[in-house]
Amino acid sequence: MCVAVPAKVIKINGNNAEINSMGVIINIDISLVPDVAPGDFVIVHAGFAIQIIDNEEAQKTLEMFKNYAE
Amino acid sequence: MQNNIIALIEEIKRTANGLSQINIMEVCGTHTMAIGKNGLRQVLPQNINLISGPGCPVCVTSISDIDNIIELAENPCNYIFSFGDMLKIPGSKSSLYKKRSEGANIKVCYSPADAFDFAVKNPQKKIIFIAIGFETTAPLTAALIEKAYETKTNNFFIYNTHKIVPPAIEFLLNSSNKNNISAFLCPGHVCAVTGSRPFDFISKIYGKPAVISGFSAEDILKSILMILKQIKNNKPEVEIQYDWVVKENGNPIAIQYMDNIFDINDAIWRGIGNIKKSGLVLKNKFRNFDAKVSFALKDVLVPEPRLCSCGEILLGVKKPFECRLFGKSCKPDNPVGPCMVSSEGTCSAYFKYEKYKT
Repeated sequence: MCVAVPAKVIKINGNNAEINSMGVIINIDISLVPDVAPGDFVIVHAGFAIQIIDNEEAQKTLEMFKNYAE
Repeated sequence: MQNNIIALIEEIKRTANGLSQINIMEVCGTHTMAIGKNGLRQVLPQNINLISGPGCPVCVTSISDIDNIIELAENPCNYIFSFGDMLKIPGSKSSLYKKRSEGANIKVCYSPADAFDFAVKNPQKKIIFIAIGFETTAPLTAALIEKAYETKTNNFFIYNTHKIVPPAIEFLLNSSNKNNISAFLCPGHVCAVTGSRPFDFISKIYGKPAVISGFSAEDILKSILMILKQIKNNKPEVEIQYDWVVKENGNPIAIQYMDNIFDINDAIWRGIGNIKKSGLVLKNKFRNFDAKVSFALKDVLVPEPRLCSCGEILLGVKKPFECRLFGKSCKPDNPVGPCMVSSEGTCSAYFKYEKYKT
């Protein structure tokens, strides 16, 4: 239920943003992280970004997910 | 990564050596799943016992709430939007799955924003979003209620079952003579919103270690090691292992959204009962969006299924294997109690990953 995944913000459009989550482009709500900028990593839960996160660690985690998938 | 994990397990074994029995409760259902999936219970030394807690929101939703939601679904004018896990839960007479197969308007959504968008596009229809979850999810609902209020989207409602985690932990600590919890693995994504401070009481008042953990095997093992070191050094505190996501003050904007929209009230946790100040209710200003108010629904006390041990399992007093129904009449495809229904429920996770352990 409280699952959330890291994703990279590509484009901001008002209260929404386009993100890249492991290769999938999704449109999410960014009302809870209004200061987010393109290039940032966020943690996404049920279509909303809930926190801006550390870039380096996010990349490590995404790598790890990729390894799992392979 | 594999080497890191082997090294961590070795260090845990060394640190745990000589310590007495340590019962660590993982509060969050997503942790229960990660622990089961990675087989972590099997690799830990014998004196470390992981107990699953009440952190599966679907499992702790009362039967009365399920019955009310089913009643809402029976009206063909209503459109119910829900996260998938809710559909399977048996109420006292039916479930949302059954209602959907009979033609009720029940839609599974990934995001609550889908429900709101549908309401905006269909002003003649009544949309009810089943608002369930802890602090991870409550700010999402809060943001949508604010939007609905500002845009006067009066055909959007929520059936609200939101709950908060710290009062439930305090409740467990006050009944700790039964479950004997030595330390807590705190929920990473709840704390991404709340920060670590609302959990400080665990060490400050009750003198128990607590570590806010991420969700990979490595995260969880690191957190367990941090707990063991606290025990060994006799310095209980609330530490953040998942520090690239969780900040001490959390996400202040998300907290502000919750504070603006919700008041705190008592809430009924299925299998446990009433926990003081553990529920979120809409402030008076927003009461029209509350489906329970607008559709005049009532809470009715419904007894739990006979012999079901979910209450004691949620409190960490019993393990699923100690329930007479577990794996016999209660299985994921025919669940009796709530812990077997949700994929993140303790019994469901044990059935899937740990059923061969006795």
